[in-house]
Amino acid sequence: MSARERILAAVKNSQPEHTPLPDIAFLKEPVLASKEQFATIVQAIGATIFFVKDITEVKEILQEKFQQLPRKITSIAALAGIADVNWIAADPHSLENVDLAILDARLGVCENGAVWLTENEMVQRVTPFIADSLAIVLTADKLVATMHAAYEVIGDSQYGFASFIAGPSKTADIEQSLVLGAHGPRNMFIFLIH
Amino acid sequence: MHSDKTHSELAEKFNIDEPRVNWHDETLWWIRQKRDKAVWQLPEWESLREAASQIKHNVLAHLSEYLEAFERNAIANGITVHWAADAKEHNEIVYSLLQKHGITQMVKSKSMLTEECHLNDYLAEHGVEVIDTDLGERIVQLAKEPPSHIVLPCIHWKKEEIGELFHKYLGTPEGNADPQFLTHAARLHLREKFLTRKLALTGVNFAIAETGEFVVCTNEGNADMGAHLADVHIASMGIEKLIPKREHLGIFLRLLTRSATGQPITTYSSHFKQPRKGQEMHIVLVDNGRSVQLGREAFRNSLKCIRCGACMNTCPVYRRSGGHSYHTAVAGPIGSILAPNLDMKQYADLPFASTLCGSCSNVCPVKIDIHDQLYKWRQVLVQDGYTPKAKTLAMKAMATTLSKPGMYKSAGKVGRWMIRKVPGLVNNKLNPWYKQREMPEAPKQSFREWYAQNKKK
Ligand code: SF4
Repeated sequence: MSARERILAAVKNSQPEHTPLPDIAFLKEPVLASKEQFATIVQAIGATIFFVKDITEVKEILQEKFQQLPRKITSIAALAGIADVNWIAADPHSLENVDLAILDARLGVCENGAVWLTENEMVQRVTPFIADSLAIVLTADKLVATMHAAYEVIGDSQYGFASFIAGPSKTADIEQSLVLGAHGPRNMFIFLIH
Repeated sequence: MHSDKTHSELAEKFNIDEPRVNWHDETLWWIRQKRDKAVWQLPEWESLREAASQIKHNVLAHLSEYLEAFERNAIANGITVHWAADAKEHNEIVYSLLQKHGITQMVKSKSMLTEECHLNDYLAEHGVEVIDTDLGERIVQLAKEPPSHIVLPCIHWKKEEIGELFHKYLGTPEGNADPQFLTHAARLHLREKFLTRKLALTGVNFAIAETGEFVVCTNEGNADMGAHLADVHIASMGIEKLIPKREHLGIFLRLLTRSATGQPITTYSSHFKQPRKGQEMHIVLVDNGRSVQLGREAFRNSLKCIRCGACMNTCPVYRRSGGHSYHTAVAGPIGSILAPNLDMKQYADLPFASTLCGSCSNVCPVKIDIHDQLYKWRQVLVQDGYTPKAKTLAMKAMATTLSKPGMYKSAGKVGRWMIRKVPGLVNNKLNPWYKQREMPEAPKQSFREWYAQNKKK
């Protein structure tokens, strides 16, 4: 018998009587998403938030604050003037020296400050993890209150890879002192268009 | 981590340095308090725990079906699925994949399962270099130690010692113990590994039967850096990591990090569904005793564990004895339930390394009856003749006391009287709790008495 058959037989033999899945409808009741809550938590987890009215304002801020950064990349066509858009087919290793990656997010979650990006927005899976700083552009109508609401929106959508990202990379492994920038971005900026 | 010594002998060693024990104790309690603050912000916390516990129960009842569904969907997604009945088979599968690709160096993000299987040692024997990329794990790896905590691997290390370690191995300036500086040094050291290693192994936090995807949670981003830069990604998971549907992640991701560190969510909750173009993705489903535990009615709930570490942070024994005193990969209260399942003789001491205060069960996000199970293990171990000798007498008294709530009340009364009147009698060698400990000053009233009196007022 293969390991698979042995394991499945042993499990089947040991598993308890049927119990049903709980009804979790109560967790899905709509709760109002609050951009103030989102902003508070985003800052509490080490990111910076900019409230902007449109993509032009995003552009202005990026130009003003990050012009000096040598390597900026984006997957947002409207930002082509200020960041490189010709990296789509790049070997992921070549993104090692990216100073700032500017990406769209599909969702923002108010209760924990996380944003949801699929492979589409990342272009290369490693992009939001390898860049020294990560900037996210999100429209306020994409905010949801809770993780339950987030998964309602995600539904059974297809992706090869996707991630909730909540703030810059961090660690507190050395005596519980919080340090931003463990392996991934040391800074995270969120542009909330509202 | 094999040891000839018992928990109490190892704890004694840890307790030689008292200020250090106090520091360890306080650090973990501080994390427990962060958990409390996060939890109090969610009025629905108890319903979330209950839902999670019920979902996990349903998983246990239908584990074979969910495993088959997961396998089917993962294969359809382009992932290769392997099955390993035990640690040895798991390690051999990983090694065969390394061999197939001619790879001798790899990176690994946190996976307690690979600790359980002693993968690093096995691969080292076969000439493979494994770099642990979680900062805490890298620290203990450089120190040639196993992690002492499932979420906080080097919680027992002081920054000055880490400074020395990094000076020796990473060439940082002598005497520099600044966490920011040391973290940055590790970042540079590990980035080079991420960029050059062709195979990355990660753990799995949750695997979704319905979609064939799996979720890996980290704060550092090390699982992602490894997986997205490597040609081959292996994800190792215990068969109990399954959950039925994607929407259930909403519940588990809300519970996991709030329980672990008090954060509302980990920095990265990455959903791997298909291999990257040109990449190979493998999942190894590992049993290693889990199907046996599933058949032990009294202990099967331990398989609901989502490895948040909350039961360790809150445990008065763990906090004051340190993770290594448990001489098993998963320390603390939950580890003391899981380990005897694998080897009753070797781990017979662990269910006794508890005051049965119940704090673990109170914080557990999936409502495992941890302290009840520890108590039940004691009975099984006594019956089967595995009891560590020193504990036998105290144990019998405790069993009688705890099985009769009426006696418990009066025993408490006598105990308080004894501590007040004759502290030397309680603080003697017959009482294992006296070792390395001043007994607290006894309150004149118990909470029960105080409550009864004050209710009337
Ligand atoms: S037993 Fe419960 S509290 Fe302990 S690590 Fe597992 S899930 Fe967390």
